[in-house]
Amino acid sequence: MIELQGVRKAYADGFVALHALTLRVEAAATLALVGPSGCGKTTTLKLINRLLDPSGGRVLVGGQDIAAVDPIALRRGMGWVVQEGGLFPHLTAQANVELVPALLGWPAARRTARARELLDLVGLDHDQHATRYPAQLSGGQRQRVGLARALAADPPILLMDEPFGALDPLTRRRLQGEFRRLQARLGKTVVLVTHDIDEACRLADQIAVLDAGRLVQVGTPAELRANPASDFVAAFLRGASAPDAP
Amino acid sequence: MRIASGAVALLLALAVPGAAEAPPPRVVVGAKKFTESAVLGELMAQVLETTAGARVERTFNLAGTQVCFEALRNGAIDLYAEYTGTGLRNILGDSTASGSAAAVFATVSATFKQRFDQVWLAPFGFDNTYVLMMRPDRAAALGITRLSDLAAHRLRYGVSHEFQARPDGMPGLRRVYALDEAQSVGMEHDLAFQALADGAIDVSDGYSTDAKIVAFKLLVLDDDRHFFPPYEAAPLARADLFTRVPGAAAALRLLAGRIDAETMRRLNYAVEGERRDPAAVAADFLRELGLATARVAPPARAEGFWALFWQRRWATLHLTGQHLLLTGVAVLAAVLIGVPLGIAASRRPALATAALSGAGIAQTIPSIALLAFMLPLFGIGVRPAIAALFLYGLLPILRNTVAGLRGVDAHLVEVGRGLGMRARDLLWRLELPLAAPVILAGVRTAAVISVGTATLAAFIGAGGLGDPIVTGLSVTDTNLVLSGALPAAVLAMLVDGALYGVERVATPKGLREQRRATSDER
Repeated sequence: MIELQGVRKAYADGFVALHALTLRVEAAATLALVGPSGCGKTTTLKLINRLLDPSGGRVLVGGQDIAAVDPIALRRGMGWVVQEGGLFPHLTAQANVELVPALLGWPAARRTARARELLDLVGLDHDQHATRYPAQLSGGQRQRVGLARALAADPPILLMDEPFGALDPLTRRRLQGEFRRLQARLGKTVVLVTHDIDEACRLADQIAVLDAGRLVQVGTPAELRANPASDFVAAFLRGASAPDAP
Repeated sequence: MRIASGAVALLLALAVPGAAEAPPPRVVVGAKKFTESAVLGELMAQVLETTAGARVERTFNLAGTQVCFEALRNGAIDLYAEYTGTGLRNILGDSTASGSAAAVFATVSATFKQRFDQVWLAPFGFDNTYVLMMRPDRAAALGITRLSDLAAHRLRYGVSHEFQARPDGMPGLRRVYALDEAQSVGMEHDLAFQALADGAIDVSDGYSTDAKIVAFKLLVLDDDRHFFPPYEAAPLARADLFTRVPGAAAALRLLAGRIDAETMRRLNYAVEGERRDPAAVAADFLRELGLATARVAPPARAEGFWALFWQRRWATLHLTGQHLLLTGVAVLAAVLIGVPLGIAASRRPALATAALSGAGIAQTIPSIALLAFMLPLFGIGVRPAIAALFLYGLLPILRNTVAGLRGVDAHLVEVGRGLGMRARDLLWRLELPLAAPVILAGVRTAAVISVGTATLAAFIGAGGLGDPIVTGLSVTDTNLVLSGALPAAVLAMLVDGALYGVERVATPKGLREQRRATSDER
């Protein structure tokens, strides 16, 4: 479904964020990108929705090189979830969820119905929360609205950048569990960036470990545990034994 | 056949001017911002109305010789009362030619006709020369009676701004009389009288026919070296006036030689001392001369602030309307240009630097100077005033638009892009709503500055609440000044309050909640 072929990202100042990264995400699978700060995992995510363009190599989505795809159309086919929800502060929860359908020109009645359905789906009571502004919601509620917004136009792909990073441990565990159940039902193709190996093990089918812009190892959580490719991976996995350490 | 004769009649009507009902010709009379100029302006306006059948508009209270002359030159006014010495020294810049009143008149008459196509008509009959004045007790203590006595003393000079710069003012006096100045400041002419009376300055300039010289009991120093040329007052008009209004020359000639210095001082005193309107004073004087006047004389200005305020209520309302029109149009234009320019500038740092420094420079130009710069471009009246106010309004609007848009969280903009918003969507659905409170605060600043600055627009004939302020200063009537200044201040507060309301309404509710949440955390 998503394929990165020898993707390289270098900046004008000479800094190389990614060296020839090759990765593949199957349809309806969840891939977690993990690694320490600055390893290139968020860069990889932004290369998939063209918030960044690669300096070398190709990114294919559904078999097509996205360099030839209109970035607006591309992004509207991918849900985008960020830390703390990234909600627009001047819009209500409902209006935030309706944002992409509104850009797509859906009629108001259809948008409203869709927003109601999605707020229910992410576990928010529509009547109670729809008219609230982000400042009137808790962190967990904001994150749920952010997820609902990403799903609004029913995109086949979800890109998630540290989606549960800013939450307290209890809320984070609960939302992770809900996301697993949701993902089992919706079958989206998910790329998830996290610095939390524990979260990666819990949510992902495949984990890609990055370090300094290079792919160190990719495999299922079990494969990584059984057979870490390097001391770095082993050390990184050990971090998981201390649950929820940042 | 009937059609043909109808066509002939129509052609005749078109071809022969005056064959059909021709509207009365329009004449604009100007005046400088002092009493005598307004009285002479009224006299000319009224004889043109009654004798030449013209429809006369009055553009009085113009800031000075330069503004009046510029207005005459570009046709914003058709005539005003000027002084031959001023024409010679100040307009022509001729510092050598002098001589008798007749000689100076002949010189300006010939030169203005040839150089500007303007006509000096026969003088009114008095010489209003510049004089230097002192408080008699101060002069007596120092033994000063003549200008040549001044050189022996270090004195404090406070003179009108125009006099400070004119070749026939301080620069020439210094040369001819070797003045020893302890201090030399420019000040509003009408305030200098009070400063002299209070002993804040020793010497000031005045006009020999100024009623205030008598009212303040000042001593006029003798020009013993004959520095000042003759300043005969006379109508100065564009030559085309006489072709457009054939009766104009004859009408104005009715005033020639009819006003001597004593009469002029009396007319000035009627306005300043007896608190009467220049139009009424002029009408009475025309009747005295046995000339017709159609004007209904307005009553004398009431004494006491509230009485005057009540008397002027309709005039004030009218001026408030003019004031709001000036500022409204200027601020609207500044919004229509400033906001889009600010949006463009917020995306291009080079443009932002250029636009902000450009608007910043306009802001640093003193308001009266900015108004003066507008004269050659727009003439006098409402247009240059709006242009100047527009320039003043531009900076706060531009700056706040740029700051407001730059202040939008870059993270949110990236989220918006990630959701598939186009640049246009981002601007309308995210950036402008979030920047709206800051942008509107800029509009509010611009509007308040504009309401305040618009009081100066009266100097270039744009009307507004500055008009009674300027007139009040020239007749030393504080209440008249207040009758313009107070409504202007109230207007500024109302505009400020109204726009504050708009700002609150336009601030998205979610942002207000966010602010409340943040302040709760503290």
